[in-house]
Amino acid sequence: MDAAANRAGLRFDDRLERLKLFGLASPAILLILAILVIPVGWLFHVSFIGADGNFSLENYERMLARKSYARIFRTTFEVGFLTTGLCVLIGYPLAYFISGLPGRLANLCLITVLLPFWTSLLVRTYAWLVLLQKRGLVNDWAISLGLWDEPIKIVHNMTGNLIGMVHIMLPFLILPVYGAMRSIDRDYMKAAANLGAGPNRAFWTVFFPLTLPGLFAGSLMVFILCLGFFVTPAVLGGGKVIMVSMKIVSNIELFVNWGAASALGVVLLVLTMLILWIASRFLNLERITAGGGN
Amino acid sequence: MLRWLRSPATETQVTHGRRLWLYALSAVIMVLLVTPTLIVVPMSFSDSQYLEFPPTVWSTRWYGHYFGSSEWMLATRTSFKVAFLTMLTATPVGVLAAYGLHASGVRFVRLAFVLMLTPMMVPVVLVAIGAFYAYVRLNILYTVTGLVLAHTVLALPLVVIVTGAALKGYDMAQERAARGLGAPRWKAFLTVTLPQIRFAVVTGALLAFLTSFDEVVVAMFVSGGDNPTLTRNMFNALRDQIDPTIASISTIMILVTTLMMVLVQLFGQRRRPSG
Repeated sequence: MDAAANRAGLRFDDRLERLKLFGLASPAILLILAILVIPVGWLFHVSFIGADGNFSLENYERMLARKSYARIFRTTFEVGFLTTGLCVLIGYPLAYFISGLPGRLANLCLITVLLPFWTSLLVRTYAWLVLLQKRGLVNDWAISLGLWDEPIKIVHNMTGNLIGMVHIMLPFLILPVYGAMRSIDRDYMKAAANLGAGPNRAFWTVFFPLTLPGLFAGSLMVFILCLGFFVTPAVLGGGKVIMVSMKIVSNIELFVNWGAASALGVVLLVLTMLILWIASRFLNLERITAGGGN
Repeated sequence: MLRWLRSPATETQVTHGRRLWLYALSAVIMVLLVTPTLIVVPMSFSDSQYLEFPPTVWSTRWYGHYFGSSEWMLATRTSFKVAFLTMLTATPVGVLAAYGLHASGVRFVRLAFVLMLTPMMVPVVLVAIGAFYAYVRLNILYTVTGLVLAHTVLALPLVVIVTGAALKGYDMAQERAARGLGAPRWKAFLTVTLPQIRFAVVTGALLAFLTSFDEVVVAMFVSGGDNPTLTRNMFNALRDQIDPTIASISTIMILVTTLMMVLVQLFGQRRRPSG
């Protein structure tokens, strides 16, 4: 047998082996295709079918024509931006604080971030409902401290919804930011100080820019999760905060209108994918999915 | 104390004193992160209709209500059953996929990897109504099978990510050595590779369990009838009124979660020394 044929044979074997290995992923791929991709593809199809059963754009036209839909999208983006902004303002300082602590203490403080992260979202939403209700703890304490005289309405509206959502989203921001901060070589800060930068200048010109990829990844994650959020606004919003996903659910549960629900779903999905795609031009998406760790 | 306040806190020589605001703010945030959830625990032991803190009269009334209700018991059984089966399905399927994608290196691996992550990226409402539609046709609506399949899809990305990360840190040459010594591929995987990534596999499995156990939106659509999940019933109860029974169920769920978290931490701790 000549060497060339031998090499070709080996290459063939190698390729076969690689394909076989790839085949190990087939159960997972088939499951995702069958349970997720194909049904969602069907929803895509249904969104283009009108009430008379023929192809039509009426589901999308309705979205453009009715003011109520515009309001729902506005609310969704408003909640997304506000939640993300508040998470950055609250989460960044905490991540900075923890990243400066010695190992054991840092781990202890991280537990305060991980504990809510792991706790069921429904349980956390319920906890806020209990705390914020009219006869709840927050009202009781505020009145006894003299902050306000009458029980005020802090739940079943935007305020309550935002409080709950920020609490639920915070770990998604803190963990990647913390990861980015941990991977920064603190000698850079020493160098900056040596070169005459004060603490503020060193922080804003050296440290902060290095944390931007983590901050960006975390904010993106929070924003995208907010766009598709359902449970917390449904419970804490009390019908006053109506987001896209809630409209999708009510379109099916109350009106059994698959066309309208699907069209909304398609818009939500396209928006999400668009944001992810734009973001992927700027940063490695694996960073987000891996929690931004190093 | 005063000396500590004046001592440098960071590489840039900021003193602790000038950073007190950061310490205070961080303390407040940490308290706010943890207490809202934990405060439900003592409240669940209150005797009152209105959840009080601290309870004026302590009692296990609401636990009695929970354990005495056949509806809640049915939901609890379903949730545990589905979570356990999801763990048993998602773990092998996910580990196989992570290993296959890691070892094969064919051209479309990246594409397959992105596909593995789609359940994380697609809004869960869409997954839910898609599954609902498909299950009506397949006649598996309100069955354990249907729930387990949907939850497996949601849990797969986590298993693949955790296992994939462990495989990245693992030297595949060890497996080649085993095969060079005559072990077939599957045996080399089971006896050489798997034991070294076992902590990641266990972590993935626990994450899969929790994903299913805590999942609400998909369960809202595809569970029900003879197989309602705990979260589905809780969510429906929350939309109506504040039932103190939910506080006792929440406490039990916090217990389950904490147990899982401790287990993961234990496995994570032991991973470090072995490198």
